[in-house]
Amino acid sequence: MADVALRKVVKRYDDVEAVRGIDLDIADHEFIVLVGPSGCGKSTTLRMIAGLEDISDGDIMIGGDVVNDVPPKDRDIAMVFQNYALYPHMTVAENMSFGLRLKHYPKAEIKARVTEAARLLDITDLIDRKPKQLSGGQRQRVAMGRAIVRNPKVFLFDEPLSNLDAKLRVQMRIEIKKVHQKVRTTTVYVTHDQVEAMTLADRVVVMNKGRIEQIGTPNELYHKPATRFVAGFIGSPAMNFIPCRLEDVGGTLQIRLTDRIAFALPPARAARYNALPRTEKLLLGIRPEHLTESHAHLGPGVEPFDTVLDVTEPMGMETLVYFGLDGTPVCGRVDPNAGATDGAPMRLAMDLNNMHLLNEATGVVL
Amino acid sequence: MADVVVGQASVTRSAGVRKRSSLRNAVKHKSTVAFLMTLPLIVLIAVLVLYPALYSLHLATLSKSMTKFVGLGNFQFLFKRETFWLVVEQSCIFAITAVVFKALIGFIVAHFVHNIPAKGQRKWRGMLLVPWVIPPAMSTLAWLWLFDPSYSAFNYTLSFFGIGPIPWTGDAAWARFSVILVNIWIGAPFFMIMYLAALKSVPDQLYEAASIDGANWWQRIWYVTLPMMRNIIAITALFSLIVTFANFDIVRILTAGGPLDQTHIFATWAFKVGIEGSDIPLGASVSLFMFPILAVAAIFILRDINKRGNEA
Repeated sequence: MADVALRKVVKRYDDVEAVRGIDLDIADHEFIVLVGPSGCGKSTTLRMIAGLEDISDGDIMIGGDVVNDVPPKDRDIAMVFQNYALYPHMTVAENMSFGLRLKHYPKAEIKARVTEAARLLDITDLIDRKPKQLSGGQRQRVAMGRAIVRNPKVFLFDEPLSNLDAKLRVQMRIEIKKVHQKVRTTTVYVTHDQVEAMTLADRVVVMNKGRIEQIGTPNELYHKPATRFVAGFIGSPAMNFIPCRLEDVGGTLQIRLTDRIAFALPPARAARYNALPRTEKLLLGIRPEHLTESHAHLGPGVEPFDTVLDVTEPMGMETLVYFGLDGTPVCGRVDPNAGATDGAPMRLAMDLNNMHLLNEATGVVL
Repeated sequence: MADVVVGQASVTRSAGVRKRSSLRNAVKHKSTVAFLMTLPLIVLIAVLVLYPALYSLHLATLSKSMTKFVGLGNFQFLFKRETFWLVVEQSCIFAITAVVFKALIGFIVAHFVHNIPAKGQRKWRGMLLVPWVIPPAMSTLAWLWLFDPSYSAFNYTLSFFGIGPIPWTGDAAWARFSVILVNIWIGAPFFMIMYLAALKSVPDQLYEAASIDGANWWQRIWYVTLPMMRNIIAITALFSLIVTFANFDIVRILTAGGPLDQTHIFATWAFKVGIEGSDIPLGASVSLFMFPILAVAAIFILRDINKRGNEA
């Protein structure tokens, strides 16, 4: 096991920069998830750590040693691929023991390690089968088993759950978390699914256009996003962004959303945003769960307003309501018993204690 | 009476209906339609393959003048002739050596071509296929010229290195070498193209997984490439073994079986005794000999493929 460090890592294909100078420190035992939309450079970064792609610039260190020119086989890493990449002509046991056999481990130890990994992953009964005779989930377990038996310094996962159906994906996600709790190997996990990222990671690295947007724990990213991209990418349904401006009315700082709707900011927020120029174009970032049905006893900083719903989506435990504010589509989450109906007027409440204010031009959270 | 007549008429009518409907049923069966559509080919094969094969079986049992039935007499006669055993030996050496080297060279060249960037690959593939595309009789004539005792381009080149004139087709050992060399030159591109197709079908991620598992390039070939290509290798080898065993043109043009029958293989010797020696039944017996040898090889190789058929 080891820590991993990336120092100004760049990957260029001809004249396209896929990864544009990434700095990342991954501690020993840590579970890091690289997340971002397709083409953001997350898989390329992972493949550079694995040694499957050369790096154009910068340094990659595993356990303190620079591994830029070390071939994959000498990096002591294990990787789980999206399509599993099991050897079709080998049995499950042979697949799992392949790396150990290449390194001439004693037979008894190979058997012990394979048996232990198979037990951990609950695939003991499948040990003599060929990959073709396994289901997707079982293949995924074997691919993980192949990584575990090697006891490598680092585990690399490249979108390992993308080929599974939704139900199995949730199950395997928990499985992966359990395995990591047991083996504690430093893990770098790539996914485009923000739910996977949030549920698995110790720290999440959000990437966009070859750069790191933000690094943080799942809660930090959710509650304190640094940019509009992160705020919009993490969380489902996504955060609402409503054009707004600040104005002073009778000594209090107000935020104006439409001609009709303006709210006085709670004192803490007012103090924080007071220095901003009043002319600046701003965006109010508010998550759907902070736009709920209004009731008689609203707390401080929770402001009611009236609107007409366009569409409602009953989800069972909650109902998603969609409406427009001066043409900007907005989504809220209300109680299923709150009486939300398509096309009907409704009184909603906005929790400004959980608001974010963004610069519209730069996308930076203020 | 009238009743009976009416009865008969109805019987004939219903028989007619039954006949038509059974024809309609037959057409409805997919297998019947498939059979009818392949019938022209089946007829063609029967006329061009089955009939000559059976006819040569019949010929092999006749006397030299083709007037008397001699049973297995021709075969008894062959077994006693030293030249026959020489031909068996040379056919085996020729076919096995040539196939092994064609496979080996094809495999190596396929690897090189596979690693050429896609842009230049078509050009190389095309150029490397040339020996296989030229009619063998023509290219063998060119080789004959290269091997010529007086004008040999090879010997001329070798003379600069002080290597004395080599009797390419004059000495038994060299002549055997020469016919195999030409056969390899003509046949290797076929292996190359088959192996190249097989190489392209191996997913890159298997190699990536193997290199992360700690395999060097040789181990990747041994543990990933070869097992993934096993069926193609077996089928190509079998196919080539059959074609090489039955080769005629290269040996006929290059050495005509000489010197002293040392380079004869089944087909050329069958031609010599049958056509040139005017003993058609004996020639037929010689050529029939290839059949059991190839059948045994085919059974072994195909059994191996069937065994692994449901693997990948």
